[in-house]
Amino acid sequence: MNDTIPQLRAYDEATLEAAFATLIEEVRSETSLLQDPESFRLHWLGRKQGRLKLISEAWLKSAPPEARKPLGIQFNRLKQEIEAALEAPAAADSAAHTEQGIDITLPGTQRAPGIAHPLLKTMEQIVQVFHNLGYSTNLGPQVESDFYNFEALNFPPNHPARDTQDTLVIANQQNRPSRDRLLMRTHTSPVQIRTMVAQAPPIRIVIPGKVHRNDAADATHSPIFHQVEGLCVDTNITFSDLKGTLDHAMKALFGSDVKTRFFPSFFPFTEPSADVQISCIFCGGKGCRKCKHSGWIELLGCGMVDPAVFAAVTKERRKLGLDDDAYDPNRITGFAFGMGVERIAMIQHGISDIGHFFSGDMRFLEQFA
Amino acid sequence: MKILTNWLRTYVPNIPADDLQLADDLTLRGIAVEGVHHLGPNNGHLFEMDITTNRVDAMNHYGIAREAATIYNLPLLPLLPETASQPPASTPFPVRIEAPHLCGRFTAQVLRNITISPSTGSIADYFGLLAQKQISNAVDASNFVLLGMGHPTHAFDLDKLEGGIVVRLARQGEKLKLLDGIERILEADDLVVADEVKALGLAGVMGGWDSMITPQTKNILVEAAWFDQASIRRSARRHGLHTDASHRFERGADFNACPTANALVSQLILQSGGSLEGGLVDILIPEIAARTASRPPIQLSVLQVQRHLGTTLSPEGLTQEIVVQYLTALGCELTPLSSSKNDSAAALDAFNRDPQVGGAASALSSVSTIPEDLFSVQLPSWRLDLEREIDLIEEVARVYGYNRFANTLPTPGIVIAHPTSAAEAAVRTRLLALGFSESISSTFASQSDSDLFSTAGKGTIAMENPLSDEASLLRPSLVPGMVTMLAHNLNRDVKDVRLFEQGHIFTGDTNEVYESSQLSLGLTGASSSTTLHSAQDAPFFELKGVIESVISLFTLTGGSAALSFTLQAPDWLQPGRSATVLLNNTPIGGLGELTRAEAQRRKLRQPIYLAQLDLAVLYALPLRQVTAHDLSRFQAVERDFSFTFPDATQWHTIAAAIHALAIPELQRLAPVEIFRDAKGKAVAAGHYSLLLRAVFQSHERTLNEDELSHWQSQIIATLTHLGGSIRA
Ligand SMILES: [Zn+2]
Repeated sequence: MNDTIPQLRAYDEATLEAAFATLIEEVRSETSLLQDPESFRLHWLGRKQGRLKLISEAWLKSAPPEARKPLGIQFNRLKQEIEAALEAPAAADSAAHTEQGIDITLPGTQRAPGIAHPLLKTMEQIVQVFHNLGYSTNLGPQVESDFYNFEALNFPPNHPARDTQDTLVIANQQNRPSRDRLLMRTHTSPVQIRTMVAQAPPIRIVIPGKVHRNDAADATHSPIFHQVEGLCVDTNITFSDLKGTLDHAMKALFGSDVKTRFFPSFFPFTEPSADVQISCIFCGGKGCRKCKHSGWIELLGCGMVDPAVFAAVTKERRKLGLDDDAYDPNRITGFAFGMGVERIAMIQHGISDIGHFFSGDMRFLEQFA
Repeated sequence: MKILTNWLRTYVPNIPADDLQLADDLTLRGIAVEGVHHLGPNNGHLFEMDITTNRVDAMNHYGIAREAATIYNLPLLPLLPETASQPPASTPFPVRIEAPHLCGRFTAQVLRNITISPSTGSIADYFGLLAQKQISNAVDASNFVLLGMGHPTHAFDLDKLEGGIVVRLARQGEKLKLLDGIERILEADDLVVADEVKALGLAGVMGGWDSMITPQTKNILVEAAWFDQASIRRSARRHGLHTDASHRFERGADFNACPTANALVSQLILQSGGSLEGGLVDILIPEIAARTASRPPIQLSVLQVQRHLGTTLSPEGLTQEIVVQYLTALGCELTPLSSSKNDSAAALDAFNRDPQVGGAASALSSVSTIPEDLFSVQLPSWRLDLEREIDLIEEVARVYGYNRFANTLPTPGIVIAHPTSAAEAAVRTRLLALGFSESISSTFASQSDSDLFSTAGKGTIAMENPLSDEASLLRPSLVPGMVTMLAHNLNRDVKDVRLFEQGHIFTGDTNEVYESSQLSLGLTGASSSTTLHSAQDAPFFELKGVIESVISLFTLTGGSAALSFTLQAPDWLQPGRSATVLLNNTPIGGLGELTRAEAQRRKLRQPIYLAQLDLAVLYALPLRQVTAHDLSRFQAVERDFSFTFPDATQWHTIAAAIHALAIPELQRLAPVEIFRDAKGKAVAAGHYSLLLRAVFQSHERTLNEDELSHWQSQIIATLTHLGGSIRA
């Protein structure tokens, strides 16, 4: 323990502050080594030879009158520090002095969680919105026949989508009847046909799934991608029902402020057909880089089920002995819609390269922990 | 396609909207204006259009003007002012169609004493603004008509013709030098426009070199014709030509446009002098007219329009008046099939021929029951995309504007859970909780990966047009994709990886493909949790633990004993460090380390561990219903046993022997430490030390020291009997 009385060269504020800081430091370093509280108390607070008393006598003696008050305040602070050190239970605990304090600024230890795939998470969110609207999930195979993928969906025989330039085809199909030729489904729409062939209306289904096209991979295209489609068939289903359903779904997915806008479009299996835009979720419609300054983002294709699709379904049902006219276009109508999950997930998370979804790269996935 | 608003407005004067508003109004009706460029004072705007392929009629100024006229309910001016028709020539110019199935109509007009000169006036202005190349008044006239009304025409130098026009199939090997200066060798199914001696041009695709207009041309023959779509597409592709003319003919030209287009071209050329000789020669094939311009009328019910489209924002909705107004403006001729007229027999007759309005058809027992809202509709010759009632309903919705319909909701349905969704979600949630991240790998595999990882005898499926050599087959296993993803991480210095994938694999053959759900697991590097195993063995046991944990989600017939592991494993796994997963003695998957040879071949920097499970087998099992047991109020007691065993003594033997003691109070038995000494000092070579922990607890009483020591000595005796020796 230090017994010398430090010198005080001046009485200005800065010097006082520095001098007392040194003393407080001295108290603290002795506290951490404290073995005998009583001798510590005598050393600092002893009535006759206590260090506090000696120093205050020495410094007050030559202090100018105006410095007495600040000196008094500083001595009170020092005294409180010493008393606090004596009262702290840690100071009396014999274990404490052998253990290092914790650097609480070091990072916490995190158990690595498994990470749900961002794409499948988005797909799940979309499906959930439609579950809440009364749609049941239906699934189908990824290898499909030409009939379910094209023919029943009213694609004409020479439609470019049927070309091997656009569609991935299973080998050795040339000699099979056109409707039986196997290919990788290019959309989840064949499940619409499979469902209608198997069951009569009312139908409300949501179809999540993996699809393939013969596309060259780049930052926004992948030959493997995912879609969510929906189909609603019943008596009295109208175009305004389609509008209302998708407007509701987009608000449920992206927030109640989101607006929708419908444009005429063309798909072989719907008529009327529409493209749907939502107001930009980043700028609220004012225009920004993400929406190419238009205020709108294109997100969906949809339309009323074409009567030719109902006719194909009816024909197929008759083959199976389901001769019930359940899909008589004069009695029932329906709508269908579809969206690309990659595009939506990329917009949601600002992902610039679609390839990340299919790489299994932990550095990418860990961001979604 | 580019549109000049000034040109457009000549066909529909007084559009009550500026160019920007016009662009928006068109776009909202499916006539998409993708770009708007201001062209300077008094020049209006240039619209960059994106017209869907089914609307070939709108790929020109007049077609878009018709849309505008329909939107704003304004008259559309005729293309050609009514003029007195020219008296026919004493000997009309001879035209013969020898391929009537491919050329449905051919119009020809002879112009005499014309002057070839540069274009002037609005043609020159418009072409300047469109950056359209100007060639001469004759060629520009043809282009003007194409851009204006969309019908291709052609002008021949009449003096180069030998005899009249013959439209015929080419002779195999016939040679023809086209306007691009390149000689083509024709095939027998190329359609040509010829004279009596030679081919003049490839019909509907490109004119010929020898009969083209030159500055010396004095007399002209103007052609405006209709050619078959498929024939033009075939010839254009074969000869690598995609011209404005072929583009239009391939998509279906307007059969009735020929005379107008021909007259317009002639009129424009004659502005620089010259005269018509005789009237227009117009040869048409009735069979083709019948399936294009003169299609039988179809029926439209206004009730059907309302039934399909539903509620509008404005209260009056889609009235009959609106429906008639829109469709008439688009060129349809609507005739009411009304019961009030007794002389509607003809209309009714037409209706009966094609009773596609089925709802009304059943009521059609007498004339008087035809509903008031029913129309017979003659379709415009330029709208071959319109064929059915639904097409007309779409037109009404389109012109009305999609965004003027209300947002209504159908009655909700009843949600039925998909049969495997609960199991799938349970497996996924469990794997995520165990620290495995979800992944999606390629659906395809290379031949060599397929050979390595497929199950023998199940068959693989090749692609006809694979994305690459590395993707020549449908994946017969999820494992190659998993290996690729692990390698992807290792190659980027990400050393601790835990991934899973739930996906389809494909087996069978190219006639019948079987898809089944599988689970793959991939693991490499350190785990964050502590383990009783050496660093080398830990990954295997982590993976095994994951499989045990996943399978524990399901109700197994035979209880937990139904799950077992054998040392036999697929070839791609390292022998001795891999296992087959069995459920009631049926293999459902495998796990272990990828073979060292394969890891080396792929230049993997550290061992990787893989597993594959057949999910279909698991998903067929019910999920385990948890039955909770009461927690004991009495203290549990731990007893540790430290033994050395020969390496040959396996854990399942030890556990089975102790369980065979049937001590009901034995709640848990677990190995807590395993130790081998390579130097054979602390533990003899060929042996390992095992620290075994037994936990005893009763639900009825506090355990006493006597029974504890009894059990303890039973266990010691059992372990000794198995060849173990107690450690000091
Ligand atoms: Zn924006």
